[in-house]
Amino acid sequence: MTLYLLCMVLFCIGLYGVLRKRNIVKIIIGIAIMSYSVNLFLVLLGYRFHGRAPIDAHDQTITNMVDPIPQAIVMTSIVVGLAMMALLIAISIRIYEKYGTFDITKIKKLKG
Amino acid sequence: MELHILLIFMIFAAVMAIETKDLFSSIIAMGSVGFALCLAFLVLKAPDLAITQLVVELLCLIILIRATINKDLPLVIEGRWFFNTVSTLVFICVFLFFAWMALKEMPVFGEPVMAVVKKYIEEGTKQTGAANLVSAVVLDFRAYDTLAEAAVLFTAIIGIMTVLRKPGRKHKD
Amino acid sequence: MAQLKPGMSIIVQSISRLTAGMILVFGMHIILHGHLSPGGGFAGGVIIALAFVNLLIAFGAKTGISRVSENLASNLETVGAMMFLTVALLGFLGGTFFLNILSKGEAFSLFSAGTIPLSNISIGLKVGVGLFAIFLALVILEKARK
Repeated sequence: MTLYLLCMVLFCIGLYGVLRKRNIVKIIIGIAIMSYSVNLFLVLLGYRFHGRAPIDAHDQTITNMVDPIPQAIVMTSIVVGLAMMALLIAISIRIYEKYGTFDITKIKKLKG
Repeated sequence: MELHILLIFMIFAAVMAIETKDLFSSIIAMGSVGFALCLAFLVLKAPDLAITQLVVELLCLIILIRATINKDLPLVIEGRWFFNTVSTLVFICVFLFFAWMALKEMPVFGEPVMAVVKKYIEEGTKQTGAANLVSAVVLDFRAYDTLAEAAVLFTAIIGIMTVLRKPGRKHKD
Repeated sequence: MAQLKPGMSIIVQSISRLTAGMILVFGMHIILHGHLSPGGGFAGGVIIALAFVNLLIAFGAKTGISRVSENLASNLETVGAMMFLTVALLGFLGGTFFLNILSKGEAFSLFSAGTIPLSNISIGLKVGVGLFAIFLALVILEKARK
């Protein structure tokens, strides 16, 4: 329970960065921190006490493995998160070239 | 216990990454959050995720630093500072309250519901022949997810090539 | 900021020339043993991409793009995607999509697990070359526009 709440606090820090900051790079960092916390939360849900990594060994039967499904889903999610980050960075580079700034309020003013 | 320490370290590093004025040190602080996450995966018995998170974090840091180096940080003059901060904090408090109410109903940490997975763990190696059960789930039992992931990666590459295209011939004159 | 030689200093260039091959071999090892030990297509693909990114940063953009062009990267990425789709379509020989039709072999050996190593190789190719193409687009195209 405490771990889940700490995970949610980490999510909220990322949310604060996204909602409050004006620099685009800070917003991207906030989104990255949010995705980290969600990944960690999914893996926390699959952990069991005294569990072992979900890999079979040669000559022993292992029954107390941790849950492999959240790990498989999160493995996909990490790579998709990297692609998403790269797309966001590409858009921010483009914005910097067009307006010469990373500040989102200035971008709005220059639109008209 | 290690997980608590790691999570508190991650929270401090995240606050530092959000609040530092310098962009470069902010990116480095974000990298430390990612590497702490890699250690947390290792504690949680997920070595596949630890390897993937480590290398993905490296590539992400390289891309971020190459993209933002030599770019200036504009002097941010905050307008309506008080109202914005208070409304954001109120929203976060409401979010945390509802998260707490929802988390009370979740299964306790350390004793997950193993309804679906039981069959995978017992017969996974026999049915697929792969010793690594995460690989078996990703590429055999739930391979549709991986197919969709490949499509998402392809779409992201197309988007980046479109956004960062070379300028058209019109501007050359 | 104007450097006479492209890329970094000669120490970095020599070291990265030595280590890039080792990183590449390590990535291939992780991909090929994906069904036996931790790792797999995603992690190995990113390691392969990192080996090329290492060379590209050390030797400068101009030297790198003469070796690996963007067309080659996009073609290889398409090859990876088509390989994965072919492995998926092979399941129709046995009846359904994504069916593991090849023989399972002896467990815990390198040649086992049916189509899983083939899928790992194709996913590794796709992810590695795709991320390298992203890096090329972010760094090279930005430089070419100036």
